[in-house]
Amino acid sequence: MLKINDYVPIVGEDTIEELKILGDKLKGKIIQHINSTSVGGGVAEILNRMIPLMNELGVDTRWDLIKGGEKFFNITKKFHNALHGVPVEITDDEFDFFLLTENENAQAINFYGDVIFIHDPQPIGLVARKNDFDKRWIWRCHIDVSNPVESVWQFLKKFVEMYDIAVFSVPAFAKQLSIRQSLISPSIDPLSDKNRDLPQEVIDSVFEKYKIERNKPIITQISRYDFLKDPVGVIDAFKMVRKYVNCQLILAGNTATDDPEHDKVLNAAKERAADAPDIHFLVIDPSHNDIEINAFQRGSDIILQKSLREGFGLTVTEALWKKKPVIAGAVGGIPLQITHKYSGILTHTVEGTAYWLKQLLNSTEYAKRLGLNGHEHVKQNFLLTRHLREYFLMFLSLYYHEDIVHL
Amino acid sequence: MSNTFHFYTRLNLTELLGKKVKNLSELLEGLKTVPGSSIYYHTHRFLQQHHFLSPEPPNDFAYWVSNILQEEKIGEQLAAVDIIQFEKIRDLRKKFISTIEEYLKRNPVMRESPAVSEFHFMKSVTFIIPTQYTANNLTEFLQAVKKISIHSMYFHIFEARLRLEKGDNDFSNWLEVELKETELAKVISKLDPYTQTLESLRQKIVCLIERRLDAQNK
Repeated sequence: MLKINDYVPIVGEDTIEELKILGDKLKGKIIQHINSTSVGGGVAEILNRMIPLMNELGVDTRWDLIKGGEKFFNITKKFHNALHGVPVEITDDEFDFFLLTENENAQAINFYGDVIFIHDPQPIGLVARKNDFDKRWIWRCHIDVSNPVESVWQFLKKFVEMYDIAVFSVPAFAKQLSIRQSLISPSIDPLSDKNRDLPQEVIDSVFEKYKIERNKPIITQISRYDFLKDPVGVIDAFKMVRKYVNCQLILAGNTATDDPEHDKVLNAAKERAADAPDIHFLVIDPSHNDIEINAFQRGSDIILQKSLREGFGLTVTEALWKKKPVIAGAVGGIPLQITHKYSGILTHTVEGTAYWLKQLLNSTEYAKRLGLNGHEHVKQNFLLTRHLREYFLMFLSLYYHEDIVHL
Repeated sequence: MSNTFHFYTRLNLTELLGKKVKNLSELLEGLKTVPGSSIYYHTHRFLQQHHFLSPEPPNDFAYWVSNILQEEKIGEQLAAVDIIQFEKIRDLRKKFISTIEEYLKRNPVMRESPAVSEFHFMKSVTFIIPTQYTANNLTEFLQAVKKISIHSMYFHIFEARLRLEKGDNDFSNWLEVELKETELAKVISKLDPYTQTLESLRQKIVCLIERRLDAQNK
């Protein structure tokens, strides 16, 4: 298991020292995370990495799950889609069933923490117990709620406003609320399989396995096959560039069996690419996923993330961390990560993407500088250690009311 | 015997104010009503996030007005607001307000930002924490300045000067008051921290102190 001092060579002793000081200030407080699943999904992934480190830093951190059957999770899945702006029909019976399950959980869970840290909408209603104890309550929203279905947001907002603080990943996700709202971006773990340094042989072997020759520049987009990631737009942009520059394109995604649109999108992309040379479609088995994706990012010359809609866009963070020049859609959390022409390129159209691909392929020095700046930006702002620091500061902020706090 | 210099560091938590604006007039209204810690955040965010970049992008207001609204003239004026001149946040706030008001008088037709690119007001909550580094004389001071984190540099140079309204940076203040190093204090005070990276600022300060120590030893 990774130890906090393993991060010293990456972020420096000062950063870890600061975390230790903050951990010390939180001694005696128990942080109780509550969400709906311990495996799969971004929330579980980050908690699995963070909780051991928080404990090592002296902050007693534990994790509980709510219980709910298939009907409950079907309803919360609808909430999730509605918060993303997808029109869904939720009946009164479903709202009632949600409230019933929340109430059962609120009675069953032992609230032993000093800080109750609730993740996403599934356990949001537990806050109904707030007046029963003297505790601090945090609601961490991991999803894009910038344009939600209004009826569902209004239903959930009643709960949100009972918390002491709500936490969002991107400024555009913030709402008009009567409570404090904090901006805390997600992060990547530089020591995970997806991000750690790889020996050249490993990178080479992955390219060999997928029979991709590295005899011309490689442009790569890593993302599941989803219309919102615009693989068809990527292919159109690549075709425009390929007329002038001899290069190749990799589209790599998971086998996402739970996504009904996966095959449809993959087929549409393949159809669009039918007559074009040098386009590789890869569907990567989840069990080899992390190292192979890491290798593809490291072995590429330019990384694309031509999303039309995005949460935070952690694939961009991963690519920047690997010092790659990144061209990405200016959506969701991507503009937080890329300052246009400083630490990457932001585009809005297929044509713009093609234009910048040509520019970067022909100006390798400039592309390299973008990658280096991007790496430094991620190092300062989007690594796990920064995420830990901000969570610790937020816990402390629950006990102070000033804008300047002397610890 | 001089009073010991204690090196501190500062860590920020960003808060969203839930207030977004889409044109110059709304930005102006926001500038008048948000807390001082928000003006501070938007004039210093790039320094915190991009302290490896040089030249730095300007303050958030200028960046948004130039790049999103594409109002280049006023964007340039806002970028040119000389932050180092201001000893108090309220004066800095007034400067942004008067610059936009003047512009709007002459240019009442405004552009609107695209729907997803509004300006979101935020603020910082700052935590000030003591570090293990201290100094009793110039030699110890030099050793510490070489070792402290960039956050600590940032605290003593920016945070102390403007946000905590101390008028000068902590280094110059201590060098002058405690060590009577008036000349050295003055030179450090004159360095413009807004047009260089914190790392290069550190190098310049280290260089100035080393030169001073050399002169003392001759």
